[in-house]
Amino acid sequence: MIIRGDEPEQIRLLKKLYPKGNYFMQGDEAIAYGALFAGCRFYAGYPITPASEIAETMARELPKLKGYYIQMEDEIGSIAAVVGASWTGFKSMTATSGPGFSLMQENLGYAIFTETPLVLVDVQRSGPSTGQATKGAQGDFFQARWGTHGDHPIIAISPTSVEDSFWETIRAFSLSEKFRIPVLVLADGIIGHTREQIKIPDPEEVEIVYRKLPTSDEEAKYPFGDVHGDLIPPMPLFGHGYFTHVTGSTHKENGLRDVYTPEVHDRLVRRLHKKIELHKTEIQKWEEYYIEDAEILLVSWGVSARPSLGAVMKGRKKGIKVGLFVPKTVHPFPGERIKELSKNVQLIIVPEMNLGQVILEVQRFVRDEVPVIGVNKIGGVPLTVEEILKEIESSAERSRHRSAD
Amino acid sequence: MAKEIYTKYKMAKYLRKEALPTALCPGCGGGTVLNAFANAIDQLGIDPRDLVVVSGIGCSAWIASPYFLADTLHTTHGRAIAYATGVKVGLPDKKVVVISGDGDLAGIGGNHLIHAARRNIDITVILVNNFIYGMTGGQVAPTTPFGAITTTSPYRNVEHPLNIAETVTSAGASYVARWTTFHVYQLIESIKRALSVKGFALVEAISQCPVQFGRRNRMKTPTEMLRWFQKNSVPISKARNMSPDELEGKIVVGELVNREKPEFTEELNSLIEEVSKHYGLGDNNAD
Repeated sequence: MIIRGDEPEQIRLLKKLYPKGNYFMQGDEAIAYGALFAGCRFYAGYPITPASEIAETMARELPKLKGYYIQMEDEIGSIAAVVGASWTGFKSMTATSGPGFSLMQENLGYAIFTETPLVLVDVQRSGPSTGQATKGAQGDFFQARWGTHGDHPIIAISPTSVEDSFWETIRAFSLSEKFRIPVLVLADGIIGHTREQIKIPDPEEVEIVYRKLPTSDEEAKYPFGDVHGDLIPPMPLFGHGYFTHVTGSTHKENGLRDVYTPEVHDRLVRRLHKKIELHKTEIQKWEEYYIEDAEILLVSWGVSARPSLGAVMKGRKKGIKVGLFVPKTVHPFPGERIKELSKNVQLIIVPEMNLGQVILEVQRFVRDEVPVIGVNKIGGVPLTVEEILKEIESSAERSRHRSAD
Repeated sequence: MAKEIYTKYKMAKYLRKEALPTALCPGCGGGTVLNAFANAIDQLGIDPRDLVVVSGIGCSAWIASPYFLADTLHTTHGRAIAYATGVKVGLPDKKVVVISGDGDLAGIGGNHLIHAARRNIDITVILVNNFIYGMTGGQVAPTTPFGAITTTSPYRNVEHPLNIAETVTSAGASYVARWTTFHVYQLIESIKRALSVKGFALVEAISQCPVQFGRRNRMKTPTEMLRWFQKNSVPISKARNMSPDELEGKIVVGELVNREKPEFTEELNSLIEEVSKHYGLGDNNAD
């Protein structure tokens, strides 16, 4: 049933079910189709607004592709089942929103520590607590980074449109499989529920990445050992007679628990971090618009990147030298590139739908070299081009006055 | 010397020798459960390569993980059955077994236990009930008898214990049995039946914890606890004719249910075939 080894049949099914062409769909649906094209054949979830459409699409489409949808009794069980299925070889996913994302944190930590590939979609909604259940927000940026306890690495991706949701979900699976780490998709309720046109490709146009498997019985003895020198251990899946031992306790390279030797914990946790650090250029992704001569730089992510681009284009028409940087991988945050760009700008503006989260990451990298200000909006309604443009214009005005003094 | 002991034990071939000796306290019932499980596997002739054992957190979670030589998934507290659900869907032809404790499976993880039974997924659960949170130092559990003394009910337990086997029976499991570590042969037989049934199967194994439970409740040796199991156990056939008052404080042992019901992973797989037929998705050559 696993797609690996079943590619010709799976490609035939994908082509028959979703012929190449233009479709009109929600961001949530685009995430689900992205997962299907990436080879996800196991989904466990629990209903929650505004992510339920992902579960509904998977429940409808997965059986057509010989995949499994199961609805669990809660979000804790959902991510647990996803981890279990991943150890049998399935590319697996769950999707939720704020309250469910909070519930998943413990088992997310388990997946990170046991290097289990999976994709967890958080369709961010307005919080804290139940908040504005049907309204989008961007308040989970730091929860995505530090929601589960202890030192740990994470990869998080944030799409900016419906079509982007399709492709970024595929990228989430590729990174997760390649680096044996859970990847978060930080979507949001606004794009999730926006319907727009998207182009569905031929399945052959999608690059399919699979996790490394052990090439010998000897390699299989070290499910958590750097046997290839790239810090990514091959994954000895269950059901192949390897007698693999997997535990959320600190473990040695052979998987067996050792919580008493300080060096074992140090070695394991540092390798997990180094694994992501070493491959950072492959993991990080961003977009840049009009940055060549920019004096004002906008840094904006997810749903806010779009009105930010609109504001930049309008600002340019008014003669303001303004550019935009959009991190697509938000963890590990591409701060070095922003630091580079900051050398040529006078001001950085960070529009986002929260009271200031990504701005803290930006400040961490540019320090006092350049002033950084936020455009923050909460309440469930997205930022508009006008609101962001207003900030660009008044900033440009202020700097004109300063240079006139 | 230790090596010699392991080789004399017939079931040692099923154990991960590098993980031995076990961390279980002297007199713990966990070893009896591990022995019963290994004997059941041996008698059924199950190849450990066809076995995935999943456990949670606590003393009883250690019974099979890491000690049993199979694919073993040692998960977070309370979630073993939910993890096992994903494993079973991925490997429907393998035996998926959960061995963990009462606090883990019926306390923090109670919801997963009920819903896995409702789904009737083909997982065998050996729930080791020692009436106490042992690993954390002997705190009151959802299974602690009314009136018992624990570190967090130092005067007396004012709560009533959950009847796990009956709860899981009501939830829809295919097979449910309860025995104690005094009833070793019956326990082996029930584990064998649980492994053979197609559907959700629960074997509740009442087990002694002289260190954390017995010591504070006038049974400080394992033998005293086993004698208590012997005296207090009532076969289910006899229990049917007893009043609730007569059954107060008794341990009802035997098979509560053994029934055929549609199984979850089989249903999922037949759904795939139905959907494929409905949408005409089959191979063109086959049409």
